[in-house]
Amino acid sequence: MEPLLEVKQLHIHFPTHGGTVKAVRGVDFTLGKGETLAIVGESGCGKSVSSLAIMGLIDHPGKITNGSIIFKGKDLTRLTSKEMRKIQGLDISMVFQDPMTALNPTLTIGSQLMEGLIHQKKLSKRKAKKEAIKVLDLVGISNPLERLKQYPHQLSGGMRQRVVIAMALICEPNLLIADEPTTALDVTIQAQILELFESIQKRTGISIVIITHDLGVVAKMADRIAVMYAGRVVEVGNKRQIFYHSEHPYTRALLQSVVRLDQSNNSLKPIEGSPPDLFSPPKGCAFVDRCPYAMEVCGRIQPQKTRLREGHQVECWLQDTRAVTIRKEMLASQS
Amino acid sequence: MMVNFILRRLLAMILTIWVIATLTFILMHVIPGSPFNSHNGKQLNETVQKNMEMHYNLDKPLPIQYLIYMKSVATFDYGPSIKHPNDTVNSLISDGFPVSFELGMITLIVAILSGIILGIIAALKANHFIDYVAMTIAVLGISIPNFVLASLLIQEFAVNLGWLPPSMWTSWKSEVLPTIALATGPMAIIARLIRTSMIEVLTQDYIRTARSKGLSPILIVFKHALKNALLPVITLLGTLAAGILTGTFVIEKIFAIPGMGKYFVDSINTRDYPVIMGTTVFYSSILIVLLFIVDIAYGWLDPRIKLHKKEVI
Repeated sequence: MEPLLEVKQLHIHFPTHGGTVKAVRGVDFTLGKGETLAIVGESGCGKSVSSLAIMGLIDHPGKITNGSIIFKGKDLTRLTSKEMRKIQGLDISMVFQDPMTALNPTLTIGSQLMEGLIHQKKLSKRKAKKEAIKVLDLVGISNPLERLKQYPHQLSGGMRQRVVIAMALICEPNLLIADEPTTALDVTIQAQILELFESIQKRTGISIVIITHDLGVVAKMADRIAVMYAGRVVEVGNKRQIFYHSEHPYTRALLQSVVRLDQSNNSLKPIEGSPPDLFSPPKGCAFVDRCPYAMEVCGRIQPQKTRLREGHQVECWLQDTRAVTIRKEMLASQS
Repeated sequence: MMVNFILRRLLAMILTIWVIATLTFILMHVIPGSPFNSHNGKQLNETVQKNMEMHYNLDKPLPIQYLIYMKSVATFDYGPSIKHPNDTVNSLISDGFPVSFELGMITLIVAILSGIILGIIAALKANHFIDYVAMTIAVLGISIPNFVLASLLIQEFAVNLGWLPPSMWTSWKSEVLPTIALATGPMAIIARLIRTSMIEVLTQDYIRTARSKGLSPILIVFKHALKNALLPVITLLGTLAAGILTGTFVIEKIFAIPGMGKYFVDSINTRDYPVIMGTTVFYSSILIVLLFIVDIAYGWLDPRIKLHKKEVI
């Protein structure tokens, strides 16, 4: 099947006075129709920047220096900002992290909901209003007609996030990018919002890229998972593969750093150390300083992608086919 | 709720005017001298002066005079001017005010519009050449006093180039120079404010949201950013309007414009009590009304600002 979105060797740099931050250093992933891909990783690993790049919202002086983002057969990195605007909101839309700041405080909910339809789809105000009511209904907001006249400050955080989601859905896009959509919300509201995403996907067949550092969200939502570290995707696979058969030491460490209620007396296991400086990223594997299994080669040469199973890929020298043959040889010589 | 708010504000406005009128009365009588102290440099005959004082109720004790003045404030009838006995205070105001009002209003509109445009351009091109040019103009505008600018403008455009008349208030041409002289300062202040707040607003999350909808940059600036960026300007608008009002006194003098400023300044010099009283109260009322409009504009710009407090039980 032709994938809806294909990100290939994406590099994004931010020139600053102190040097160039290489925030994204060769990211690859694909997303099929109706699929949910979760991008996980700690703060600063480049997950948000990658998603903003898909949306065409990388701000000056940030720049996509290399790679391509193929969406429906078109390379988004080659479009002018005017051409990109025809895709923003209509084909790809975005849900942001903080619903408290994502809505304009001086405009009514209705005006912010309908502007996409009016200015992008050239709908009449009356038709736009009808659509707005429909989409508010879809995201579970009561009294939609009343809400259209209200201002953001008159709604609760959970309600506002529903409005933000409604805004993202109103032009019926094919791809929804959700950047930490539940991080700023209460736990009870988080569950509701995640369920809302699921029900919307069931009804509309929309593809979703969800960016998060919350593995609980990942377990609930994702079909496939891409684990990012220091600007690269270090492991990608489906939910089972990542949660039960992860092979990258970083993925495993990430999974172990989650509090588990079913294992008593098991204290939290943080990942020692901190991510590398992206002003001058390491030559080899970026995780080498924190990796308990690091070998000499890890610090020298960037590991290549190794395909473990169907859809399960990892960037780690431990899993490199050559390493495996060496291991086999070692085993053979020992016996 | 809104009616309640307006009524309460109206009451507060009346109180403010009463305080201003009282203060003016006190200040008027604290300043030494009276309208009849010097008449063309000559001392008046004593009986004539007595008669005059009686005519204008100046012989009565101050509390009585105060009450008489308060009555004139309440009825908007200040009687005739002492120095120009053929004119009443009201006729002076109705002669001069339309001209002053026109000058003030045109100035305010020009200052706001050009300030906003200059500020937006500077913000969008922040730290580029255009921004530096715009901000240099703004700094010059703030630092050059309007009477200096007025003299320079007259020298260059009226005397040297002869494009525009140097004075009077006859055609639109004669309105250009005074307006520029008066508007440059406020325009510069507005431009700097808009630039700063615009740059800040453009980094807000809701602007990114708007961009993610694929809206055009023009729509984003004018629909999403400007309303938010205008708030600090609105705060300043009352003060700016007051500045323009007082600025008109000087500018009217320089350009020989037949506005109200002339009477206002002259009346203080000649202790023309009814005129001082009438014009002061009149100007204060205009300012108070302007401030009231500013408050209303706040609520319109930012719905989070409530004009009326809800009753807390």
